[in-house]
Parts: sequence; structure tokens; C-alpha cells
Amino acid sequence: MKPNYKTVNQPRRKKDAMSLLLGKPVYLDDIGPKDCLVVKVVRSPHAHALIQAVDAREALAVPGIVGIYTYEDVPQKRFTNAGQTAPEPSPHDRLILDRRMRFVGDAAAIVAGETEESVEEAMKALKITYQVLEPVLDLHSAKDNPVLVHPEENWRSLCPVGADNRRNLCAAETCEEGDVEGVFADCEEIVEGTWRTQACQQAMMETFRTYTEIDHYGRLHVVSSTQIVFHTRRILANALDIPKSKIHVEKPRIGGGFGAKQTVVAEIYPAFVTWTTGRPAKMIYSRKECQIAGSPRHEMEVKVRLGAMKDGTIRALDVYTLSNTGAYGEHGPTTVGLSGHKSIPLYTNGLEAFRFAYDVVYTNVQAAGAYRGYGATQGIFAVESAVNELAERLHMDPVALREKNMVRQGQVMPAYYHETASACALDRCMARCKELFHWEEKYPVREMGGGKVRTAGVAMAMQGSGISGVDVGSATVKLNDEGFYNLAIGAADMGTGCDTILAQILAECMDCDLEDVTVFGADSDASPYDSGSYASSTTYVTGKAVEKACEQLKENLCKIAAELLECDENEVAFAGREVRRLDGTGSVTLAQLAEKSMCGNTVPVQITYTHSSPVSPPPFMVGMAEIEVDRETGGVELLNYTAVVDCGTPINPNLARVQTEGGLVQGIGMALYEGVTYDSKGQIQENTFMQYRIPTRLDIGKLQVEFAPSYEESGPFGAKSIGEIVINTPAPALAHAIYRATGVWHHRLPITPEKILLGEDGR
Amino acid sequence: MLNIEHYIRAQSLEEAYTLYQDKGNVVLGGMLWLKMQSRTVRGVIDLCDLELDTIEETETEYRLGAMVTLRQLELHPGLNRLTQGAMARCLSPIVGVQFRNLATLGGSLYGRFGFSDVLTLFMALEAKVELYHSGVVTVEEFAGMPKGLRDILVRVILPKRPMQVAYLAQRNQATDVPALTCALVREGGNLRCAIGARPNKAVLYRDDEGILSQGITEERAWAFAQSIAERATFGDNLRAKAAYRKAICPVLIRRGLLAMAEEG
Amino acid sequence: MEIQLTLNGKTIQDSVSPDTLLIDLVRRHGCLSVKRGCETSNCGLCTVLLDGAPVLSCSLLAGRANGRVVTTLEGLQEEAADFVGFIADQGAEQCGFCNPGFVMNTLALLRENPNPTDQEIRSYLAGNLCRCSGYEGQLRGIRAYLDSRKPREAEQ
Repeated sequence: MKPNYKTVNQPRRKKDAMSLLLGKPVYLDDIGPKDCLVVKVVRSPHAHALIQAVDAREALAVPGIVGIYTYEDVPQKRFTNAGQTAPEPSPHDRLILDRRMRFVGDAAAIVAGETEESVEEAMKALKITYQVLEPVLDLHSAKDNPVLVHPEENWRSLCPVGADNRRNLCAAETCEEGDVEGVFADCEEIVEGTWRTQACQQAMMETFRTYTEIDHYGRLHVVSSTQIVFHTRRILANALDIPKSKIHVEKPRIGGGFGAKQTVVAEIYPAFVTWTTGRPAKMIYSRKECQIAGSPRHEMEVKVRLGAMKDGTIRALDVYTLSNTGAYGEHGPTTVGLSGHKSIPLYTNGLEAFRFAYDVVYTNVQAAGAYRGYGATQGIFAVESAVNELAERLHMDPVALREKNMVRQGQVMPAYYHETASACALDRCMARCKELFHWEEKYPVREMGGGKVRTAGVAMAMQGSGISGVDVGSATVKLNDEGFYNLAIGAADMGTGCDTILAQILAECMDCDLEDVTVFGADSDASPYDSGSYASSTTYVTGKAVEKACEQLKENLCKIAAELLECDENEVAFAGREVRRLDGTGSVTLAQLAEKSMCGNTVPVQITYTHSSPVSPPPFMVGMAEIEVDRETGGVELLNYTAVVDCGTPINPNLARVQTEGGLVQGIGMALYEGVTYDSKGQIQENTFMQYRIPTRLDIGKLQVEFAPSYEESGPFGAKSIGEIVINTPAPALAHAIYRATGVWHHRLPITPEKILLGEDGR
Repeated sequence: MLNIEHYIRAQSLEEAYTLYQDKGNVVLGGMLWLKMQSRTVRGVIDLCDLELDTIEETETEYRLGAMVTLRQLELHPGLNRLTQGAMARCLSPIVGVQFRNLATLGGSLYGRFGFSDVLTLFMALEAKVELYHSGVVTVEEFAGMPKGLRDILVRVILPKRPMQVAYLAQRNQATDVPALTCALVREGGNLRCAIGARPNKAVLYRDDEGILSQGITEERAWAFAQSIAERATFGDNLRAKAAYRKAICPVLIRRGLLAMAEEG
Repeated sequence: MEIQLTLNGKTIQDSVSPDTLLIDLVRRHGCLSVKRGCETSNCGLCTVLLDGAPVLSCSLLAGRANGRVVTTLEGLQEEAADFVGFIADQGAEQCGFCNPGFVMNTLALLRENPNPTDQEIRSYLAGNLCRCSGYEGQLRGIRAYLDSRKPREAEQ
């Protein structure tokens, strides 16, 4: 039975909605001090080079220039920019500025000056001589290539992830269960293939940006558009080689992140300038810098071998992923894991054996980072495509094939670290999606005349809810005058609405109005510790911390009430706006309790609770795409996309729905046109929004989203997660539909009209 | 970043022309493409005071000022009647309304950009451009004039003759620059076909062999389309490779012709 | 050079460089709703009204705006407030960074075409990129706003 919630599971407005919609000045560039130094980075024109000489005389002479810094001016301890819990799995392979240039766009020098114009002029005047070296541009030849991306002695890997800089390896691992080769030998059908996904850009509308100043205690105050205030503090301290206590990080409103801002991309440059000069400094990334020196999705090549029987039973899966981390290893060792661990478990039902192996290689291209889906997107494209190929080969309905093999509630998922699918409505997602979409009608190939044909494709997906045993979420709940609550968090609302979602949880727990809750976050000095907003963790992990904090606060409020009512605390009960005596003889209002809490009180009315989960319950979903393909031009028109998601209880159905729609559209862009290509010198060609096309509202057809919630006991009010999973189905579903329309399986994204018409290699 | 040392609002065409003879100066259109360049310009010459932002109609022609925006053209009922809506179809996929409210006809044509939808359509329409110094030339002739031409495009003259117009473009994404553009105009039994975004600038082809002189049929349309695809040259860019352009070129032409035939 | 223009109903005078862009001028005058999202005139975040027509303020020289009337969201708070509540009711504002440009262009659309179809809405707003919402919630919000106006119009 569905519990009767008052605030949770309700489509409430975001607390900041009207400010955002009315254009109030709430973002970094709206609030920074006006007299900041302008900080910009001179970037390497070469994919691989050593700086031979720097002549800064002319540049320093430009009026208004305050400093020009190169590799000789920075600390020599390596660190990682990856926003991860320490010790970071990502290798410590960065310096603020290095002598070795590892990709076109790598930072060669920092220029700081009074005005934008003076900095631009100095950048032109700065003469850097490079010794150009041979680059490693192809991920296939990177491992054991004689050219090393990180030959340096002080490169360090802090965790046992199989990294070896002498082999261009950022990580490597193999795991398997069951008699993999034995089961394959016994299978009647084997589907084998290699799927390739590109380094897509998050393309959040607000580029990377940070301002820094020295505060009145002599500390470095960093205001940044970041998803990770606490990790940023640690990373900056490591980079600058100063104590963590010297840094204070906070975030304003964030103009989108999608994982991009889970990496310290812009922060180190103004931080270095301010720490060096003592002056406020600001860095605003240009869109072009975002495109060439950001933190995009890892390019991956995923080999899948799938063993099945003629009746469609999937018995074995063998996945090998080759991931390209680019010039630096941010999120390299971790993203790759999801390509297998969040694709294979979808087929737990009849799976007898699996193997998952990977290599993550360094190359001389833009370093990759965290992007919504975080490796699962890449792996799911491959595995779901293989399953669709199996269905076509067996002439089976791909929906029926999945119904036969999909993971079911209560099953242990060996490929998902042996976690149990404790809440899984994937079967209901499929049934409902099929019904909503009219699968039976849309799946058959329909000739529309004029060379046009309509048909459909399907895919499933899963993700996680936080990183099990690692992510920490905390909440501080405080009762204030007149009985309103403060909620302080270290999680970062980057537009997703987590401030509101967590406030809804608080309001439900405390039985108050949402308007009685204010939210503060995130600030490394003032917020309780939180790993940050990534890995689909905030609702599930931090949300639970809110719930637990409220439980303790209620107990304390009962204690104070009992004192006021002169009874035992067992004789009172919390009832939202008041605490009542159970025998009905009296009560105290929340306002009275608040007042009492400020006078002669020793019982805390501010509770901080910290939560971490030993499991990461996966959300599940199904996506179906109907397209019209123009067989004569290769053009694809997306007509309908239907998705049914099991995110557990959607705490705010509106926000969950919009998350889903937004994720689908990013996935559609990735599937059909968002691409990154390099010229022979390693230069990115899609370096603006002119060349890197993201979907407009004319490109997406009609989206239809519904929820088929399961109830996850370990989550707040049964919630799991929604943020990432939603990007995973479009690529395989669209590739499937395109196959149906053309008879060609596309294994490489994006699937452009040219590839559809002429084949993947353009012939 | 584009650096500009002087901003000059010309008070006459003569002033604009004289200023433009200085190689450090540029004439400002909508500034959309100019702005993407990273260079220093000595002076930008703005024609916005010269009342070139009007669409005038005479008995025989439309006179479209150089500063008329793409949005004005797109919304103009007369121009859309004349072209059976091809004007709006051609212009509406260009980025967005806010962009087309700035982009000017003069700027769009003067650059003779390879990707230009505008150049493709106006070339096929046999429009003429009035250049302050060089006089009136057809868009086709204008497209062939040297890149370094330093003249002022004053207005575009569009003949108001009865004609059938079709405009088709292939885009990888709704508002992207096109992978190929195709404008077809049938006038008194003669057919003109401009193919642009090859990716080089549009080229005008005529039915020299008279393939369609007896009217458009499925077979003749295809024959004509293939003859153009054979004559046209194609190249590679990020949007598509030559082979793709060559493959879809006859498809767009045939579709355009058959649509015309259907409408009669 | 000296210019004068009407910004949100007030006459402002300022000294600008020949390459000062309108976006930077209006931000300097406190209109911080106007955002920059790209350098290539593609995103629509910087949309303002110039003599009532929506334009990209990142692509217009301040000099060219001399003598003209410029309106930003700061100047249309009342007109916008009624409408944007419907977007908030969908949760479609998301990160909000594209919102001012989107709101400005939607107001421009509704002034030109008070009863647009869904396709007309999509088409008019095609130059307003949004990476968060997937656009559908924005459309639902606009539709709900238009529907809410219908009874009122019927009364009139």
C-alpha cells in the first residue's frame, strides 16, 4: 500500500525556482568582487611537447599585468583533479603547471592582470618555445607504447587499480565468476562485437568558473561553481601544497554540472594566483576552453561476447573495455568499472558466468572526467546492442527476450558486487513502457513512402545510488525561532533541485510545511561533511542523513517538551507543530520549544547526522524510441521516446521527470550527433557550440516519461536515484531502431546521417 | 576575441565605400560571423544609419536593403508568396529567431560563405546585388567575384516574375549549418538549380541539356538530378564527406522537382 | 565613445570601447540576468529585446545600440512573474542559467503570437539551448500558462 505522504512524493516547486526564472544575480559571475584579477591560461598548441624556453619580458611589460607563471613557479608535488574520496583511485599525475605538455590545450602558463584586455594582450606577447614530441593519439596503440604520456618519477597511484605509468596504463583489472569458457562452449548462439563511444561534452550552460580571495583570517576563500566543495578544498591544498585548514570553499547557484564540475578544472588557476599575489582573482572558462580542456566522457571501446540458447536464455557475458582517459587520469580507474558492473547485472536472471576485464590508457588528448552515466552509459550501449542483435538473430521480440533474462526483485547480482536487487521493478518498467509506447504497433518496420521508413528500438538500463561503503552524506537540522527549520548540507544543488528534495524529506519527517524549511549549502566551513553531489548519491545517501537527523531532533524536542510539561519524555509525542502529552492533558508548540531552546537549555536542537550506505541499490529503467529514417539521405527523425523509470519513490515527481527528460535528450545527442574528433595533430575540431551540436527542442520528438516505483528500504521513503541512469538508454535504443530501418548495426557513436547512408567507414 | 579599434557609423554610401578601401576596415553586417574571428580590426563600418533595412516592392521587383534581417525576409508575406514559402523554409532553420533578427541579407551574401542557405536560394532566384561601386551584378556573378572585393553591397534586387521555387537542405541537426543545400527555380519552362554547402559556396546550374524541357516526370527528374550531381564538385568538412554530399545531392534535386511537378 | 540608450525604461549614458558588446554593457549596468553561454551566437542565453525584438546581446556592438531601446529581464519582472510560475510548477527551470534568455524569448514570442501552437513554440525557441530540462517541461509550462489565460480571454 502506498503510504500517504504530505510533502514527499509531491511535485513541489523548487525553492529557488522563482529567483532563477526571474534572472536574479545568483551565479558566480554575478556575485564576485568587481576588482578581481583576470586569470587566463596559455594553452599548448601541441599534443605532446616539452617547454624549452619561456620569454615573458614583453608580456610582463603589458600595462596591467600582475603575474605570469610557468612550471618553474609551482609546487612540484603531484595531485589529481578528480573529485573523489581520498585516497583517490585516480592517479596523482598533475602539477598546476608542468613542463611537459600532454594534449592540445594543456596549461602552459598562467597570466593574471587587471583587465581582460591586458591579459589577452600579454597572452599574445608571451613567447613559449616548445620541443615538439611524438604524441600517442590512438587508444589502441597506447598501452606499452614507447612514447610515454607520464614518464615522470613522481607519478603516483595511491590505490591498487592496476596503474603503471611506464606502460601508459591508468588502470587495469579482470574479474570473472563461473566457468566462462565452459558455458560459452555450451551456448547455441554467440553474439560478438565491439562498440565504440565518443568523448561527449557535458555542455552545461555555465562554463567552469571560480573566484578566490584571501579572507580576514588570511585563508584562501574559494567560491566556485562546483559539485564538490570538500574535495575541492583537499585538492587545492594538495595542489598548492598548503594545509587544508588554510582553505575555505563554497558554491553559489550552479549553472549545470552533469559531472563536469566533479573535477577541479578551473579552480587551481585563480587559487594559485590569489595565494601567490594575495589579490582576489577570477577565472571564467570560455566555451572553447570547456570544449578543449574540460572533463568529458571517457571514450571507450567495449568488446562484448554474449552466449545464449536458441530459446533466448542468456547464459554468459564477457565484456572487455578499453577506456581512454586522455592526458590525465581523472576518474579513469573508476568510470571503466561501471561499463561492466552496471551492464552485465541487467541479465542476472539466467546468467551462469561472466567475465569483465579492462584497460584504461593514457593518450595525448583532452583528459576525460565524470559525465552522467560514468561508464555505465558506454557499457550499456554495448551490452544492450548485443542483446538486440541476439533478438534479431533469433527472430525474437527484443522485449520478450529481455523479459526472459532481466534481473528480478530479490535476485543476487554477482556482477554487481553480489548485491541483491532489493527493490527492482524493471519488469513493471518494461510492461508499462511497452503499453505506453504501443510497442506492438511501432516495432514493425513500416514503409511511409518517399524513401521513409518508421520503426522502433528498445533498451534497458541501471545505475547505482551512491558509491557503496564510500560516499558520506550529512545533514544538520536545526530548530529556530517561531519553529522554522534550517537544513545545512554539503551536497551541491547544481540545478537538480536537491536543496528542495532534501527539504521535502525534512518537512515530511518533521511534519511541517516545506515553507518552514530553509536550506543552506554548500560550504566547507559551515556545512556538515558530504562527499558531494555525484554518483547519483544525494537523494539516497544525504536524504537518509536528513531522515536520521530528524529522528534524533524529534527525540530531543520531546525531551525539552517533557521538561516544560513536567512529565517523563515517554509521556509525550512529537506531532509536527507541537509536542503533546499522550494523555491529552497538555502540549507545547514548536515556537515555544524553539524559544525554550534559546534560554537555559542544554538539549541540542541542532542535530547533525552522517550516513553512508553499504549498498548502492540500482535504479532501473526501460526506454523505447520510434524513429523515421530517410533511407535516401540517412536522416533520422526521432518521433517518440518513451521511458519508464524505477527510481524507487520519486521524492519530487516533477523534478524526477525533468531529470529524466533532460537525461534522455543528452543521450539522444550522444547517439546521433554529439561527437569529438581530432585532427592528425590531436586538435579537437568540435571546439565550439557551432561545431559541437547539442539537441535543440526541434530535435527530440515527443518524450513521454512515467515511473514504476519500487520501494527501497535503505533509502529515504523508499527512494533510490534518478540523476544518471536516464542518459543510458537512448544510444542502444536508437542504434536498434536504425538497424531495423536500414539493416545495418551501428557500433560507433554518433550515428550520423552520413554513416547511415554510407556505412560506418563511409563507403 | 575580436578587437575593434574604431566604430564608425557611415553617413553616406560614399563615406562607407571610401572607408572600406582601407584594408584594416570591415563592413558590419549582423556581426555574427565576424564576431567568431579572433583578430584586430582597425575600424568597423556600420551602415545602420543609411536606411537600408527596408523591403521595397515595385511592379517588377523587390528591392531588399542590405541591412534587412533574415527574420524580416522570413516573415515577409510577399516574398513567401513569390517563392511559395521557400523563403521561410530556407531561413527558419538558421540558429534561432534572435540570431535571424541580427543577421542581415547583405552580410549573409557578402561573405559568400560556403554553408550559406541564403546564397543558395538567392542565386537560384536570379537575384541581383547592387554594389555601390561595381554596379548591379547577378548573385551568381557576385559569387564569382574575388574574395578580397572591397565594395559596398547596397541592396538585393529580386525579380517578381512568376516562378516555382523549391528549397531543400540536409542538416545533421535541426539548426546546424547544412551538409548540403539545394534551391530549384522553374521559370517559363527553364530550370535553375543552385547547390551549396558542397561545402564550398553555392554554384548555379541550368538545364543546358534540356532534360526537363518537356516537363518534369519521375524519370526526367532523376536524370536531371544525376546530371547535376555529376557536374557538381564536393568536398569534406565536419558535417559530411564528399561522398555523402554526392549521394544526397540528386535525392534533394529529385524531391524538389517532383514537388514542383505535383504543384503544377 | 559616448553612447546613450534606453535600458529598461531608463536613459543611460556610458563611455564604451568600439568593441564593447551589448551584453557587457548591460551587465555593467546591473542587468546580471543576461548570461553568456558561448562565443558563437548559438545558445540564446544572452537574449534581450532591442526595440522590442529579441536579439543576441553577445553579438551586438554597444555602439550599434546607441539611441535604441534595450530591455532585459530586469525590466520585465512583472510581465515575466505571471508566466514563469508555470515553468516553476513543472520543475523545468533546473539549473536556471538559460532561464533569462528563454523567458525573454518566450515573452517575445507571445507578444508576436499570443496563441502559438506547440510547433510554433518549438520553432521560435529553437535558438534557446537548455542542457538540463530536455525542453519538454518548458513546453508544458508554456502550454499551461496559455491555457490559464484562455478563460480570461473568453471573458473579455
